[in-house]
Amino acid sequence: MSETKKVASRQKAVDDLYEESVHWHLNTGDETIHAKRVGGYWRNIKWLAASAWLIFFIGPYFQWDGRQAVLFDIPNRQFHIFGVTILPQDFWMLSLVLLFLALLLAVATALAGRVYCGFFCFQTIWTDVFTWLEDKLEGTPQKRRKLEKAPLSLTKIRVKTTKHLLWLVISVLTGISFVAWFYGATDIWRDFFTLQASPVAYGFIGLFTAGTYVLAGYMREQACFWLCPYARIQGVMIDQTTVVPTYDYHRGEPRGRIKKGEPEEERTTGDCVDCKQCIAVCPTGVDIRHGQQEGCIMCALCIDACDDVMEKVGRPTGLIRFESYESMEANRKPMPLYRRPRVWIYSVIMALALVGIAYGLTSLAPLELKVIHARQPLFVLQSDGTIQNKYTLKLLNKMGEDIKVTVSAVGPKGLILVDEEVETNARHGKVTPRTVFVKVPKPNLETETTPIVFTIQGEYNGKILKSDRQSVFIGPRI
Amino acid sequence: MAENNPFPGENNTGHIWDDNLRELSNPPPRWWMIAFWASVLWWVAYGVLYPMWPTLSGNTKGVMGWSQMQEYEKGVAEVESVRAQFETQIEGMSAAEVLANPGLSEYTVASAKVLFGDNCAACHGSGGQGNAGFPVLADDDWLYGGTIENIEQTISMGRKGIMTAHGKILSDGEIDTMSKAIEAGNPTSDPNFTQKGCIACHGMDGKGMAVLGSANLTDGIYRFMPAEGESLLDSIKYTIKYGVNDVTEPKSREAVMPAFGERLSKDDIKKLAVYVHKFGGGQ
Repeated sequence: MSETKKVASRQKAVDDLYEESVHWHLNTGDETIHAKRVGGYWRNIKWLAASAWLIFFIGPYFQWDGRQAVLFDIPNRQFHIFGVTILPQDFWMLSLVLLFLALLLAVATALAGRVYCGFFCFQTIWTDVFTWLEDKLEGTPQKRRKLEKAPLSLTKIRVKTTKHLLWLVISVLTGISFVAWFYGATDIWRDFFTLQASPVAYGFIGLFTAGTYVLAGYMREQACFWLCPYARIQGVMIDQTTVVPTYDYHRGEPRGRIKKGEPEEERTTGDCVDCKQCIAVCPTGVDIRHGQQEGCIMCALCIDACDDVMEKVGRPTGLIRFESYESMEANRKPMPLYRRPRVWIYSVIMALALVGIAYGLTSLAPLELKVIHARQPLFVLQSDGTIQNKYTLKLLNKMGEDIKVTVSAVGPKGLILVDEEVETNARHGKVTPRTVFVKVPKPNLETETTPIVFTIQGEYNGKILKSDRQSVFIGPRI
Repeated sequence: MAENNPFPGENNTGHIWDDNLRELSNPPPRWWMIAFWASVLWWVAYGVLYPMWPTLSGNTKGVMGWSQMQEYEKGVAEVESVRAQFETQIEGMSAAEVLANPGLSEYTVASAKVLFGDNCAACHGSGGQGNAGFPVLADDDWLYGGTIENIEQTISMGRKGIMTAHGKILSDGEIDTMSKAIEAGNPTSDPNFTQKGCIACHGMDGKGMAVLGSANLTDGIYRFMPAEGESLLDSIKYTIKYGVNDVTEPKSREAVMPAFGERLSKDDIKKLAVYVHKFGGGQ
């Protein structure tokens, strides 16, 4: 290659890079995105999905058996979920719940991309509500932009103050609702206004108020772009078979404005009329026509906007639609679900997690016993020729009231449980330790260690509760 | 430079090399700068509120007056206030009363672990399992009695039992016979047990006398366990031959429990007595 050619090719490579960078529209939040609000099918779905979050606000007020139906009582280390009370000992189930939710996110992303982001994420929904208020108070995006630049006037102050007040009300309500799940819904309202709530409660309400106000009021799509790790993780979970909002490049290009008087059958342009409505309605300000990109939260609002326009100009809808890369580019039918190993693997793991949770919930024992064998000394020779072992029994009572518990033991022949007749008061919601001594005549021990089973038994509401645990009885080397 | 910028309208700095390679100016986003300055403010506020800067004469104290020691002392005071309710009760009680009270004895077992570890565990083992030459506290064979009062007295006054060396009184053969009888758990089967005066200390039945601190020779529990590689019989023979704490015999076994009455407070001794009693051998 000659020297001039080399220089030319190098120059071209750099030029290509710059040309490519034109499309890297880096949204760093210098300009507020004022998205246009258009109704439509997906808009309705979006509100429906968002309404799931009403549970967050009204959930704490439901009662069950004389207490809050769902209460995460951290000071007392008890989680009440309807009829079930979960103590720290059962917390392994939480890891399964988290596993299930993580996989649910993964499987949803594998199937339909960032639908969680677009339809269920609190960041999206709170922002949506905040901008809906903005739209109602300040008007359309054009009016909002104008108001932003307008000099300070009484109207501007009035409108802006109302908006920020409403935002703050929602933020405080969010904070109180969050804390209500942990603090008790009626208590938090009373204590909040009588200034009796704990500093921790105020701290969390403050944190959530500030968080909601700043994130939904100011950060908005910036949180999705630059703060949220899930946004990036989900991006890499999408593959060619994932159904995502896609602009039909083949049908739309070359885009062009409608020429007045040009008959439809003679037009040389594609279906896209370049009205930029898809950009106008996008809450993150991306142009879906550039293809899949980091800013797209897959809320499908551009689909509504485009369909609206297509209907108006009399072209078929669906120029932007939920479609996989595979079926768009290869013109193949999307791969059926059962042929996709990822979906299978995710589903199997989810099923396993669910089975684990179901097992955990059904086998929650009201009384639990743990046995700790004393290590120093492992055994003691007593003057009557018996070998004595010392155990600490940990009696966990998960019920709401104290239970009188008796202890018994089955093990080597001639075993004597010292003070067997003594009852222990197993305190409710707590672990009560009891130290017991077990004696076995030395000749009865055939091996160095012999299994021994402790059983605790108590009565609660007329029901006999039992729990047992195996340990070892240790004697001298034989 | 700027007036003949070949790429007008672009946010480059005007530094251009090789015709088209240029430095762009992309400042960090505003929210990032806000967060940056907020963290600088945080740092300044921290420096004002908390100890931060070393100076030649110490360090800046911070307007909050916070110090690690204070924090520690506050924590200790919190623990002490929890303990206080138990401690005041224990103060006015005898060791037996503490032992009989389930709440207090539970508290004592939990809290006296430290006292035992500091003062007793070096010889008796952390769980009262004993050591070579030091008695087991977890069994029910007590030289000086196993009631709570006995134990309390042992801790506060100390103990030093004496057994004279019998090497001068008994022949090797006699010692051998006697040792075998003791090992079999039946010392009275040897006529020498009565004739040579063993009964004076160990009792007619060989079960020892708590007043003297003499050992029970019938129960298979030995004050001096054989050393490593030594047989039980040899260990018994040694004890008989050279005695215990016999000043006239240089090879005599040493067995001294120091008096803790002067080192520890009455309450601490009370608690230790309860703690030891609860090892499993208390009477």
